[in-house]
Amino acid sequence: MPDYEPILTAGVARTDIDVRTLEGYRAVGGWATFARAIRETQPGQIIQTVIDSGLRGRGGAGFPAGQKWKFLPADHPGPFYLVVNGDESEPGTFKDRLLMERNPHLVLEGIAIAAYATRARYAYVYLRGEFHRPYAVMAKAVAECYAAGLFGQHISGGDYSLDVQLHRGAGAYVCGEETGLLESLEGKRGWPRIKPPFPAVKGAFGKPTVINNIETLSCVRGIVERGAEWFKSIGPAHSTGPKLIGLSGHVNTPGVWEMPMGISLRELIEKYGGGMRGGKAFKSCIPGGASVGFLTPDQIDMTMDFEGPRKCGLLGLGTACAAVMDETVEIPRILYNIARFFSHESCGQCTHCREGTGWMEKTLLRLLAGGGDRGDLDLVRKLADSMGMMPGMSICGLADGAAWPIKTAIDKFRGEFEALCAPRRKAIPAPAGH
Amino acid sequence: MAWKATDIRGVDVEAQETPALSEQTVSEIRALFDRYPTRQAVLLPALHLAQAQIGYLPPKALLEIAGLLELAPAQVLDVVTFYEMYWRQPKGRKLIQVCRSMSCELCGQVGLLDAIKAKLGIEEGQTTPDGQFTLIAVECLAACDKAPVVLVNETLHEKVAVKDLDEILKPE
Repeated sequence: MPDYEPILTAGVARTDIDVRTLEGYRAVGGWATFARAIRETQPGQIIQTVIDSGLRGRGGAGFPAGQKWKFLPADHPGPFYLVVNGDESEPGTFKDRLLMERNPHLVLEGIAIAAYATRARYAYVYLRGEFHRPYAVMAKAVAECYAAGLFGQHISGGDYSLDVQLHRGAGAYVCGEETGLLESLEGKRGWPRIKPPFPAVKGAFGKPTVINNIETLSCVRGIVERGAEWFKSIGPAHSTGPKLIGLSGHVNTPGVWEMPMGISLRELIEKYGGGMRGGKAFKSCIPGGASVGFLTPDQIDMTMDFEGPRKCGLLGLGTACAAVMDETVEIPRILYNIARFFSHESCGQCTHCREGTGWMEKTLLRLLAGGGDRGDLDLVRKLADSMGMMPGMSICGLADGAAWPIKTAIDKFRGEFEALCAPRRKAIPAPAGH
Repeated sequence: MAWKATDIRGVDVEAQETPALSEQTVSEIRALFDRYPTRQAVLLPALHLAQAQIGYLPPKALLEIAGLLELAPAQVLDVVTFYEMYWRQPKGRKLIQVCRSMSCELCGQVGLLDAIKAKLGIEEGQTTPDGQFTLIAVECLAACDKAPVVLVNETLHEKVAVKDLDEILKPE
């Protein structure tokens, strides 16, 4: 894409300056938008601009970011909080890491503008505990911002004050769920909360709270600087703005790149991924983190945007980081890996998820070991239908994410699973006389 | 994870005069008090600081943290047992964390884990007798384009091949 101007990764490839430093980031025009915003703009104007831009959340669910901000009560005495979700743990996802490691000030400027727009006095940035390197880079950037007076009391002599605190998680996927994250931030087990009340009304420490993903907030500076129309001009309708899209698995050059949404998976693999590794045939792909489900070989032309994956029977775009599988992959084996993950990460609050994910893992293992039959296959498939928020059986979406790969894998690759099943046991002949 | 009760015994706290937490750790924990509206919110960072100092979280450290944060010891234990990264038993000086999730499995993680086991002579969850290494398999480390990855303490090793293991598994 030679005509595409990078926004999220602007300047990260430059060798003459280092945008990870405050000085380098300022050299590419950084922090000017925040300064202008708090001087010249009202919070409500910024929220309207973000709504008009069509910015949708980049964390997986794709909820309109501006709408989330608008849900905050107008007459609450505060304090309000902004919580930033950097708990990137969805298997196959590696995009927020890039932003935090390579462009931390863009993330922080987006946070600062969003905090101003949502009247937040405090912003907590929750990074997963295993993110040692991103934490180190972000901590340095936060310290630079405090030293330069960009954070703290009465920023630039004005009325607005903002404190930004990095907060490390400690290894729990469920803390990426927004209310699980809030519980964790409060110093508790990361157990998702029953909603309503939604975080906008009663969030962190019982106060109105907005929670956004790292990449979502990284879009905010561009929107406020250049306007909603400019943002909407990037990518297809309903999938506006720049996006980080990644490739891992069986391609020649895995990586993560910034581009408009709407690119087909085929083009992504050929143009960015350098084609399939070893020239092998494409078999399947999980295009947005483990929970979105599997594609069939003929769904390779799926578009990477908010609409494309649903048309292919997937849960959604997810995180737009695709794991590509070639013809050598045994789908039941990868499905077992995913089932093991969700069984391990279920928080244990809801029965269907706690028990269901465990039995999915065990049953798939039995199938792989050759000890299962077709009844097991049907049982697992039925179990998948009964789990999650969609059938109304759990508090959070983890169970939906656990069920979707099972549904898509068994429906789309049933033959492979049946091949693992033992032949039906012979019926025991009835005793004589009956 | 959390709900799987692996250790249901009671917790014994050794009677000893010297505190488990160093003065520096305590002051680092106290410095966080005005960054959060509640003391309880300091719990996760406090546990990280204590573990960084001691290497794991002995019962005495948990009690002292409970005291500092004005929490019941049970609240601290409740949190410690939920999260994967908190260790209630001593671990090796180098914690070898091999990613076992989807993308790493596609890129050869299974063979890599077997090679590490053979090299160290231990299974997952075990520590070498000299206390150098503890080996565990962990879920996705969010570096899938560099798969397979191995996190050794705080250093992420990318695109790890069996031939790199001599370098990665060098004793300290």
